[in-house]
Formats: sequence, C-alpha cells, structure tokens
Amino acid sequence: MTLDILKYTRRGAIAVMGVAAAALLAGAPAQAKVEGDTITLGSAISLTGKYSSNGLDSQNGYDLAAKRINETGGVKVGGKSYKLKVVYYDDESTPARTAQLLERLIKQDEVKFILGPYSSATTIAAAPVTEKYNVPMIEAEGASRALFNKGYKYLFAVLSTSEQYLASAVSLAAEIAEKNGKKPSDVRVALVFENDAFSLDVRAGVLDDMKKFGMQTVIDDKMPTDLSDISATLTKVKALKPDLLVISGHNKGAVTAARQIKELQVDVPIIAMTHCEGAKIVQQFGASADGYLCPTQWAETLSYSDKYFGSAAEYDKLFKATFEGYTNVPYQAAQASAAVLVWKEALERANSFDTAKVRDAIAATDTMTFYGPIKFSPAGNNVAKPMVLRQIQNGEYVVVAPSKYASHPVEWPRKGK
Amino acid sequence: MLDNINLLTLAPSLNVQLLLDGLFIGAIFVLAAYGLALVWGVMNVKNLAQGEFVIMGGYLAWHLGTYNVHPILSLPIVAILMFGFGWVLYVAIIKYVVTRDLFTSLLATFGIALVVQQALNLAYGPEVRTAESGFGTRSFFGGLVTVAEIKFISFALAVLLAAGVIVFMKKSRMGQAIRATSQDPRAAKVMGINTEKVYAFTYALNGAICGAAGVLVSMIWVIQPFYGVPHSIRSFVIVTAAGLGNLPGVILAGLGLGMAEQYSGFVLGAQFQQATVVGLLVVVLVWRQIQMAQHRQVVK
Repeated sequence: MTLDILKYTRRGAIAVMGVAAAALLAGAPAQAKVEGDTITLGSAISLTGKYSSNGLDSQNGYDLAAKRINETGGVKVGGKSYKLKVVYYDDESTPARTAQLLERLIKQDEVKFILGPYSSATTIAAAPVTEKYNVPMIEAEGASRALFNKGYKYLFAVLSTSEQYLASAVSLAAEIAEKNGKKPSDVRVALVFENDAFSLDVRAGVLDDMKKFGMQTVIDDKMPTDLSDISATLTKVKALKPDLLVISGHNKGAVTAARQIKELQVDVPIIAMTHCEGAKIVQQFGASADGYLCPTQWAETLSYSDKYFGSAAEYDKLFKATFEGYTNVPYQAAQASAAVLVWKEALERANSFDTAKVRDAIAATDTMTFYGPIKFSPAGNNVAKPMVLRQIQNGEYVVVAPSKYASHPVEWPRKGK
Repeated sequence: MLDNINLLTLAPSLNVQLLLDGLFIGAIFVLAAYGLALVWGVMNVKNLAQGEFVIMGGYLAWHLGTYNVHPILSLPIVAILMFGFGWVLYVAIIKYVVTRDLFTSLLATFGIALVVQQALNLAYGPEVRTAESGFGTRSFFGGLVTVAEIKFISFALAVLLAAGVIVFMKKSRMGQAIRATSQDPRAAKVMGINTEKVYAFTYALNGAICGAAGVLVSMIWVIQPFYGVPHSIRSFVIVTAAGLGNLPGVILAGLGLGMAEQYSGFVLGAQFQQATVVGLLVVVLVWRQIQMAQHRQVVK
C-alpha cells in the first residue's frame, strides 16, 4: 500500500509537470511542424481525470520511443538526420477537450503529425479533427470498431481492435472441441457483457466468430454499468452448463465475475474474460482464478523483436529501467512506443514532410516491431498483429494462443476452484 | 425468457439459490432503507446521499483492511466513524435544511452525495474494490446450491444490527426521544426534549447504519466511488413501498426486493435486474394511488 501511494505520488508529480509544460507551451508562439533538426509530433493525452494513469503510461511509451530513436540516429529525411519531439496537451480525460486541443495543435501550433490520445472515447473525438485538416494520426490506444467504419483516411491504429479481444477464445474452444471428438457447432456459449460501447464491440467480435463455427448461444446477458451483482446470471450458467463462458465488463465486471464465480463454484471448462490483469484478480481471488483466459494486446514474453528496442523482453527491461515505479510494463505503453516507430519509418520512406506523401507512406507500412507486426487495412486498423490469449496457470499469466507464440499448452478443463 | 422459467421448474433447487441470494442481499438493503426511513420519518429529510454513505462505509472497511483489520472487526469501527461523520454533516449542513421545504433538503443531500463521490474518487481512485473476508463456500444439492459463508455471516450481522436498533428505539431514553420528536417535534420540545440533539443523533445514527451496511456490501459485492446511486434508489423504493414508520414493512419490502432482483436477473437477464427495482416502484406508486382514490370515495 505504501509503495502504491509512492507510485501514485510520483506519477502525480509527473502529471503536474506535464500540465505545467502544456501551460507553458500554450503561451509559446506557434511552432512549425519541423524546426531546425527537430520533427514535432503532437498529442492530446489524458494526464488528469479518469484515464490519467493509463494516459501517463501512454505518454511514457511515446517518450521512450522518441528518446530511443533520437539516440540511435534519429529520423533520416532528405539525407538529413532529424530528432523527434513530442508535445502534449492534457485533455483531462474528456473527449470534447481532446477535439479542441487537436484543433489547437494543428491550427495554432502547426503540428502536422499527430499521435493519438488515450482511450477509444477521446480517439473517436479526435479523428474527425485530423480528418478535417488532412493531418495523419497514428493512434495506439483506441480500439473501438466505431473508429474504423467511418471511412477515415488519415487515421491509423497499431493495436488490435476490440472485436478481436476475445475472438481467439472462440477459436480455441472450437479447437478443443475437435480435439475431444466433438463438433465446433456443438459448443454452447454463455455471453455476459456490460452494456457499453467497448464491451459490446468485444461481444460483436465473439458473435461473428461463433457464427463462423455455428456455435450456440445459451445465455446472452448484459450487465448495466453500475451493477455489482451477477449471481443470478451465474446461477443460470450453473444450470445450463455451457462449454465456454465469455465475460467482459471492464475491471469492475472482471472483479464481480471472479468473486461470484468463486462463491457460486461455477464449473465451466473454459472461462474467458477481459481486464483480468487490470482488475488484479489473481492477487484478489488466488487459486480460484486459475484457468481464466485473458486477452492482451502484448506481452513481454512474446518472440517479437525489432532493431530499435530488440526483443519484447528487452523493451520491458529498458522501460522499467527508464521509468520508476513499474513492476510490469502495461501494454498501453508498448503500443504507444510502437506508434512512434511507425512514424519514424513512414517519414523515412516518404522522404518528405508533405502530409499527403507521409500519409501514403504510413498506409503502406508493413513492418515488424517489438510490439508485433504492423500492417494497416484500408480502414486504418492493424490487421497483422493477432490478439494474444493468456491463461492464468498457478497464478502466472502464460501465453496459450495463438499457438505460434504459445509458451504453454492450454489447460483444459480449467482447474481453478 | 420462457426457457428460463422452464429451467426453474425443472430444477427446483435453483429457486433455493435465488431465494437465498435474494434474502442475504435483501437484509443489507433493509439496513440502508431503515436508516432512510428513520431520517425521513423523524426529520422529514429525504437523504439522497444514502447510497454514498453505504459506499463510504465500504471504503473505510477496505482502508482498514490495508492495515490488516479483518472486515468483520472493522464493522464497529466503521459504524463509529460514520456516526461521527453523520454528526458533523448535521452540524455543518443538515441543521439548516431540516425546517426548510422538500427541495432544499433534496438539493443539500444531493450535493453531499456528489461531494462524497468525488472525495472517494480522489482518495481511492475509480477502480472497484472488494474487502476479502477469507471465508469459504458451502455447497448443497450436489453443488447446485452454494452459500458463501460470508453471505450468511453478513445476513446474521444485518439481522443483529437491525434488532439492536429496534431495541434501542424502544427501550433507551434517546430512542424514546427520537420517537417522540417524530410524532410531534413541538410537543417534544415543550416536554423538555432537546430536538436539535435528537436530530443530530438521528442523522448520525443513519450514518452508522449505512456505514455498517457498506462494510457488508464490500465483503459480498464490490464497491466503487460511483456505485452509491443504485443503493440510494433501492432505499427509496423500499421505504416508499413500505410506507413511513412501518418497520415490518421495510423488512418485508427489503427482503422482497432482494429476491425480486435475483429472479428478474435470472428470468429476464442481468440487463433488467435494476430496471426491476424502478419498475416495482412505479407499480407501488400506482397501487398507492388506486388505494387512495378508493379511500377518498369513502370519505365523500
């Protein structure tokens, strides 16, 4: 606890400094996108408000990558080596503010290369602005499908979208069914999702994949945002005995579900849920959480690597050495760093600062990073990187799917009690 | 929906599970609702911060847990702290709105609710928390019915607390003074009762009861700074349904509401669990209206 407090105060101090810096910048004269030997990237990010802790993780990710690129020769455009600099404004975790600040970055500060804000909600507010000014934005923290069905031309996302979060759990259930001599279409699925944009995106992805295998839905309950009790739904799960239970409802959904699954002794062979780590369910519910499948954008144990950071594990080490107070590196930071790497490579390939040329260069990205492969669909989302599925085995998160990156076989049926 | 009802008839033991869960959680609803009925009946203040008091109690228990105080042991400590908090609030704010009209007290308590929410958010952050009791789970009917020991313990504690408050109201001098004040504040004053002190005590007692309920909530559900609202709504539904000054009614309505939530969650799905609470309120109000209309006809 004391350590936690220390960590938060330290992060708090960083936040205060960030705000102060932003305030100073606000008074500074408009700056060009490229000045001398410096290329300026801009971001409105949540340094205060409800997203502030994840916002700071993302900021650290951006800063670490910019620093790393500057140390390893910078960005070479037209035979000259440039340094990267990121300017930030604090959007206070409010989408309306994000949109305002992007106007300011683009119009007033003349920053023409944008890094995304933190969260889907703020990114959804940011995209129309960058689109209006034809300014490319590479974002790392907005996974909502609403970002990629509007025909945006200047929006690119390095992370997997939210429909992909638990889809891999469905294919895993199908694989397991086949291994046990059953048809995937015999698999019966219980769905418990919060009634909010993110969780319903996740649900849509799960439903798409279930349809592919012809699986049956036996329960399809939606949790209201402030519901702290799903025991009635779980009683139904116990009675209907599905083969797969899928749950998503942010941290609170994960905590509520993990606690009540334990209390009601719900015995489903495969349980997949989002936000296991954020909700600290292993620390809180111990052995009963064993066997849960938890999706993640990135894990430091994956075998991805690049020439900037080396392997995922090396990134993990460098990040911890650079920023104090982290016991594990959040994937939010890793994907933020990856977005900066994409900027670097795209600027070099475009060999120009013309936004249209740079935009086309970003669209043509097909690269490997410590965070995973990156290749954009016409809609701007990254289609090359799969969502990784980890299983809690003896209190540790181990990668079990996709099989190419799996470090452990999946434990089936789950043993947690 | 029909499938789910079918399921209940095919496996009757599921009903036992739902009824038990409803009963256990309903007992906690009763506590918070009783506190509301008290403040409402005695002071005519509709305390919109009821749910926030509950959540605040939960956070205090969680906080004490970080010093390795078991949540059950923290219950009396939290009750005392919340009693003090209620008293301070009375002296600082409620005192000035007791005699005012309905909207002033609604606004004031709504303001308190907002401040408590934001203060908890600042102090503990927006993450959900739980206080771990470390108790196990017992299963019956071959595992089809499970009872978490902590739910049973919290049920017993809720019953004990409620009984304690009832005895206190009946037997103690302060309890008598509270009842006298609620019947007729002016007469009570004339008889030498310090009504100001009675009001302060009543509001503080409500804080203590809610705080205790919050400790129980943190052990069996989850708490979050903004989760107070559903608890407030439940309290209002229960008190409205029972009618003021009807203690057995509050108990019945509370337990009934707990079970109704479980059944609607099972039959209609989790998305309708809270809608049921509000739906029941509408039904109760309509029913009351009809009753009153009939009553009026008799008088005419």
